[in-house]
Amino acid sequence: MTLATDIALKPKDFATDQDVRWCPGCGDYAILAAVQRALAKQGIPPHQIATIAGIGCSSRFPYYMATYGFHTIHGRAPAVATGLKVARPDLQVWVATGDGDSLSIGGNHFIHLLRRNVDLKVLLFNNRIYGLTKGQYSPTSELGKKTKSSPQGSVDNPFLPMSLAVGAEGSFLARSIDVDAKTLADVLAAAGAHQGTALVEILQNCNIFNDGAWDHLSSKEFRADQTILVEHGKPMIFGANRDKGIRLNGLRPEVVKIGENGVTEADLWVHDAHDEDPTRAFLLSRMEYPLFPVPVGVLRSVQRPVYDALVNAQVDEQKATRKANLQGLLNGRSTWVVG
Amino acid sequence: MTASATSAKPREVRDSVVIRFAGDSGDGIQLTGSQFSAASALAGNDTATFPDFPAEIRAPTGTLAGVSGFQLHFASRDILTPGDRADVLVVMNPAALAANLKWLKPNGILIANADSFQAKNLRMAGYAENPLEDGSLADYQLFQIDLSRLTNDALQGFGLSAKEVERCKNYFALGLVFWLFERNGEMVEGEIRRKFAAKPVMMEANLKVFHAGWDYGENTELFALSYSVPAAQDIAPGTYRSIAGNEATALGLVAAAHKAGLDLFYGSYPITPASDILHTFAGLKEYGVRTFQAEDEIAAICAAIGAAYGNQLAVTGTSGPGIALKSEAMGLAVMTELPLVIVNVQRGGPSTGLPTKTEQADLLQVLYGRNGESPMPVLAARSAGDAFDTAFEAARVAIKYRVPVVLLTDGAIANGAEPWRIPDVDALPTIEPNLLDDAAKLEGGPLLPYLRDVETLARPWIKLGTPGLEHRIGGIEKWDKTGHISYDPQNHHNMVKLRQAKVDAIAAEIPPMHLEGAPEGDVLVLTWGSPYGAALTAVRELQAQGRSVTHANLRWLNPLPLDLGALLLKFRTVLVPEINNGQLVKVLRAAYALDIKQYNRISGQPLSVMELRDAILNVLPH
Repeated sequence: MTLATDIALKPKDFATDQDVRWCPGCGDYAILAAVQRALAKQGIPPHQIATIAGIGCSSRFPYYMATYGFHTIHGRAPAVATGLKVARPDLQVWVATGDGDSLSIGGNHFIHLLRRNVDLKVLLFNNRIYGLTKGQYSPTSELGKKTKSSPQGSVDNPFLPMSLAVGAEGSFLARSIDVDAKTLADVLAAAGAHQGTALVEILQNCNIFNDGAWDHLSSKEFRADQTILVEHGKPMIFGANRDKGIRLNGLRPEVVKIGENGVTEADLWVHDAHDEDPTRAFLLSRMEYPLFPVPVGVLRSVQRPVYDALVNAQVDEQKATRKANLQGLLNGRSTWVVG
Repeated sequence: MTASATSAKPREVRDSVVIRFAGDSGDGIQLTGSQFSAASALAGNDTATFPDFPAEIRAPTGTLAGVSGFQLHFASRDILTPGDRADVLVVMNPAALAANLKWLKPNGILIANADSFQAKNLRMAGYAENPLEDGSLADYQLFQIDLSRLTNDALQGFGLSAKEVERCKNYFALGLVFWLFERNGEMVEGEIRRKFAAKPVMMEANLKVFHAGWDYGENTELFALSYSVPAAQDIAPGTYRSIAGNEATALGLVAAAHKAGLDLFYGSYPITPASDILHTFAGLKEYGVRTFQAEDEIAAICAAIGAAYGNQLAVTGTSGPGIALKSEAMGLAVMTELPLVIVNVQRGGPSTGLPTKTEQADLLQVLYGRNGESPMPVLAARSAGDAFDTAFEAARVAIKYRVPVVLLTDGAIANGAEPWRIPDVDALPTIEPNLLDDAAKLEGGPLLPYLRDVETLARPWIKLGTPGLEHRIGGIEKWDKTGHISYDPQNHHNMVKLRQAKVDAIAAEIPPMHLEGAPEGDVLVLTWGSPYGAALTAVRELQAQGRSVTHANLRWLNPLPLDLGALLLKFRTVLVPEINNGQLVKVLRAAYALDIKQYNRISGQPLSVMELRDAILNVLPH
């Protein structure tokens, strides 16, 4: 088990001497700072943490983290991290990935990671574009998007990562915007504490190839009306004046105005992050701009068996009940002697 | 009673016998064959087996597509192959006869389940007339036995369904051949008791049928005599067991992990013919073995790379199509210089190819089939038992040099069983992982993840979780020593050369070539992998006739042994037989610029002694 130390850790304890090479103005800077702050706060020292990444802008992350780190190959970080976590359950393992890395080339590993519920913390940097290859549409780019590889507009229907993750049995699903330091800090802390795969989708701006992709959510002007911070046990209220809410009409969410048509807070959908039934988490994952405010915060957090713990429990159980005897193993069931 | 009493009938002593069982893939042919094989080994014979089964688990009953075969060679002397052709063929239906008659020697014993030679089965096998009755089998000693009826007779009063009775008939056949070759039935009885422990009625039924088969041989007038193959005398002393290549591979790796004091991680995706390695490892958790049945071949190797980074002995196993998928990750292991063993149980290709058949056509793939300069040590096992030693060696080298290593076996080695002299665990060499596990070892200097050992050029294997040893690795080119990202032109040139030099340096510890025969002469037959046995047998036969032929086998395919080049020059002709279109021969021609001859048959079947003898005769001076 990873243990918090008594020595107070600072964000700079998680920073390396490497020059950070993201473009000036990239949303990744804010995410890096937030993660370093969150790790310092949770108190697990750098040598008990590993940061694993695939390929892409976001996947440079390990070079800037003073933990153990592995910059692997495109899309495969969940697989490498799974092997590491099974072999070394004593380490806390973080995965940094992007929308191309984990949803396109690594889509298979992404869904199987969530299904298995390996105890990994996954930071999914979603900028809706391929940045490192200089601007092609990604699996989260909107239909009709004009890019270098889609001059007439993309005809590729996008994923909603959180919907995919609910379908893949994700046990912890959270979302934040890169510039929303408060929510990002909260969901990172919650992800760090979760046992099982903790997926944090971070809506991130690529100021070079997809500038303003999330402005409708991130700008101070719109954020209050076009996002909603979901908190366990609390009614879903949003809006600059805190006068709007989400009501469930059967299994159909609808935006309502508190105080109009007799609607009160008591009529609103109360968020239950621990609901074992994924139906409502799926409904949350479908709430998209412009029909709905986009949910941020912890959308789902349920406890279920953790893959690496189960693997190691079987090994420990067999070690305890069946004595290893290598010579006996080589001898097998029946032998004969010559000479 | 047990089916182990000695026959009262006259007995003929034979030096060696090849027997082939064939039937529907649901007929229990593989089980029947392996039990006969085990009993022969226990009787002191040398044995070699060749299971020959279809990819379809249950192809339609009675069709040619569904025929499963198992060939066993047992002898009173040291043998190296499952035999070219059979002395005895046991067929459960017309399709099995049609598919296998070509393997039976003239005047060989043919035991046919006559019950099954009905119109429908004959038609499915492509027979217009019943071959048991039309005289077409006159060149063989044909024994027609109503296996189904006799099995049914033996099980009167058991209250079994017709289907259950039918499932017992392979034990009748087994009992009969046990009588025919005087095998002790106690082991089979033990197996039946173990297998059917939860079903007492089926246990009794199968025991009854097995005994009935034996009694039938003794009592019927069909068989005038039985055969005896005495225990072999020229086998090295020791304790033996029967082992198939996949199990030997797994055990060799477990032994290496044990000798290195490491836990073992096996990442794999099920694929024929490698899956038995996964099955074996899955049952060995008490030895610190963790198996990860991945979502695909790529995840399997990537997880193994993660486990290698986490300081376990990491292994991934597959067949050729899986290697194709793993190639990018194999390059990552080259770049990050982590210990990793990659097992390739070769099968017929390209593409899906022949999943259940053997081939050696992945050599160039594992040597060269990656982007960039990506050198990797490659070893090949020559037989089932040899897979243990070769796997152990692959793991030892991977750990010592911090390098991914490919271990090649093939379908014939993987599924074929042979007697194996069990090694003494204490006598196996210790493997020293030499983990860098304490920042104090840096003596105040900086951590240099790519600092190289002077002798092996290996970089440190850093114990994860150690305070002060945090570091980053990855697939982008490394600065020498620091391991930081580098795009420096001269550094890349140096690193390419260093990675190559590290693999080349392993040649210094490859033992001198072992020769069967004179150190110079007319012909050197040079093999790698499973043709070893047939080639050596053919060479010995020609040596006995006074011909100047020598045999050598390569376990190491990269790097090649240092003394190989000089050896090749000592022979007028070098002949390389392979189950591919000429792959090692290309490597050797490129390495030594010599006119080396090749012999190739790529039919999914092992090379035979007979064809290799002819191939050697073709290049011998007349």
